[in-house]
Amino acid sequence: MEFTRRGAIAISAGFVAVLMLPARMAKAAVDEKIAAFTGGASVGSGGITLTTPEIAENGNTVPIEVNAPGATEILVLASGNPTPDVCSVKFGPLAGSQSLSTRIRLAGTQDVVAIAKMADGSFVQAANTVKVTIGGCGG
Amino acid sequence: MISRRDFLQAAVAASAVYGASGIGNWARLAAQQALTQDQLLNFDTFGNVTLIHVTDIHGQLKPIWFREPEINLGVGDVNGKPPHVTGEDFLRMFDIKPGTPEAYALTHVDFVSLARGYGKMGGLDRVATVINAIRADRPDALLLDGGDTWHGSYTCFKTAGQDMVNAMNALKPDAMTSHWEFTLGIDRVTEIVESLPFPFLGANIFDAEWDEPAYEPYKMFDRGGAQIAVIGQAFPYMPIANPGWMFPGLSFGVREERMAAVVAEVRDAGADLVVVLSHNGFDTDRRMAAQVPGIDVILTGHTHDALPEPVMVGKTMLIASGSNGKFVTRLDLDVQGGQLLGFRHKLIPIFSDVIAPDADMAALIDEQRAPYTADLEKVLGTTDSLLYRRGNFNGTWDDLICNALIEEREADIALSPGFRWGPSLLPGEPITREDVFNATSMSYPNAYRSEMTGEMLHIILEDVADNLFNPDPYYQQGGDMVRVGGMGYHIDVSKPQGSRITNMTLLKTGEAIDPGRSYVVSGWASVNEGTEGPPIWQVVEDYITRKGTVSVDPNKSVQVSGA
Repeated sequence: MEFTRRGAIAISAGFVAVLMLPARMAKAAVDEKIAAFTGGASVGSGGITLTTPEIAENGNTVPIEVNAPGATEILVLASGNPTPDVCSVKFGPLAGSQSLSTRIRLAGTQDVVAIAKMADGSFVQAANTVKVTIGGCGG
Repeated sequence: MISRRDFLQAAVAASAVYGASGIGNWARLAAQQALTQDQLLNFDTFGNVTLIHVTDIHGQLKPIWFREPEINLGVGDVNGKPPHVTGEDFLRMFDIKPGTPEAYALTHVDFVSLARGYGKMGGLDRVATVINAIRADRPDALLLDGGDTWHGSYTCFKTAGQDMVNAMNALKPDAMTSHWEFTLGIDRVTEIVESLPFPFLGANIFDAEWDEPAYEPYKMFDRGGAQIAVIGQAFPYMPIANPGWMFPGLSFGVREERMAAVVAEVRDAGADLVVVLSHNGFDTDRRMAAQVPGIDVILTGHTHDALPEPVMVGKTMLIASGSNGKFVTRLDLDVQGGQLLGFRHKLIPIFSDVIAPDADMAALIDEQRAPYTADLEKVLGTTDSLLYRRGNFNGTWDDLICNALIEEREADIALSPGFRWGPSLLPGEPITREDVFNATSMSYPNAYRSEMTGEMLHIILEDVADNLFNPDPYYQQGGDMVRVGGMGYHIDVSKPQGSRITNMTLLKTGEAIDPGRSYVVSGWASVNEGTEGPPIWQVVEDYITRKGTVSVDPNKSVQVSGA
């Protein structure tokens, strides 16, 4: 295991707070954000690829990538963060590809969600679980 | 001790099973074939390509005892599938008779008495003999090292891996991948890698800042008229399971899409056979085999499983070659026109009393050890109990370490990581300094003493349990459960994270752990930089020296359900 006295105190404060975060309450907020983006239209799957690490090496800077050929706009949400908004990116007709990559901060283990608005006005979604772990016991 | 003649049967732990993909006929075929020593050395060479696989040697130059796990649970889809089959079930699945050399090599059943009969296993000088014999049959056989090589012993620690580098270089591997290697620190790894006469592969190792490949992803070999691509896959959770501050510029991960891209790249480049030299762990490899098309063979590593037959996932063959130098896998393949047409597989158990040491390698090993002889041989005490580590929840070596932490560091509770390396010791044997280092050697050994609340302890146990029992193997880190001294608990492995661990009890009072109360906890192998405390081997040495003779009571403090 991995705790200095100082480290244990710091981690226990941060990590416990994370676990306390009620996932369901966050889910309602996320559903609202998605509804606002889609205008309540139904959301399909396929045609959108969300690439994330399974387990974050550093929860403060998690690399993510979304690729949705033909999209006009992509919305990314971190469903378990106190403020789920990550970004929304619009692609003009001259965009060479409809993909984005960035690094985001995750408060704890949660689903990262990406929703793409396609040129025909339809919506597709992908979600991945990214685990934020204490680590230290693999061997 | 086993006689050379007995070994003829033992060596068959290795059936030559042409085209077999099922299980259950291993020992039967072996018995029918009545292998002789000559036959061992003159393996019935097959096809046009030979792969030799060693992995997870963990610095073990000399023969060791190594008890295979009694408990190795699989969750979700892999419940009851190899390698999550142990003991009597394993013997039945592979049709192995109890008491035979194969039973001794591959299971924990009757370990102590069989160990006394059949002797130690491994030793890189014996491994050299086997590799030389295979190369006599097939001079251009590929020798592939799955990593966890430059770690795990006294001499490896003192020489920062140089003893293993010297020994392995003499074996002339064609490629390797990695895990514990990086705990030497990035500067030392770079120094060694630049000196290696073979590639250090890792398709999933990236520069953390620029997200660009940091090591060679693959190497193409021309063998038997076929192009063989060997892709390296390092341990995915390097900066999480081990101290990331020791190699701060690197990022790892399973990176399935990267593997798919590299497989496509090597196929486009003309590969007739695609081999992944992996340190993912068996279940992660099984999932990757199902997800990524186009891989012919995955040479698995990390989880230390030894399987006498390949496991097939679609058209992909998974090979598990054990750990600590206990086994060498030989895989002969018939590769024609971009197709794998057939194979012959042999998991060769290295019975050290039977396989003659290679003289050159024996001398080289002695040379590595000579400067440290007095330390290596220093007897600290005696063990009354069998000391072993492997198993999902506890092992007597870790029980001993936890007892040492509680007594020497005056703690309520001790935590010892669920490592899978570390050989065994038989009851009645002396415990040497070398033995203690075999169970504890590492570059971040400080034994901390800290206060943690009951709630924090619960979070830690839940976190580690999910690394082991998450039903999706991509979320597993491949270690065993953290070993706990001074505290009992119940675990339901079928539950999700947060609700697996219940009934945490402080053993010395019998009281339930209070989430709000603080407990004095001692442990080792913290991944945090700047951890303070004596090295764990000093704590264990002090304890053993003080006790003279140590004995470890059977550990009944972990109750398991849901499997």
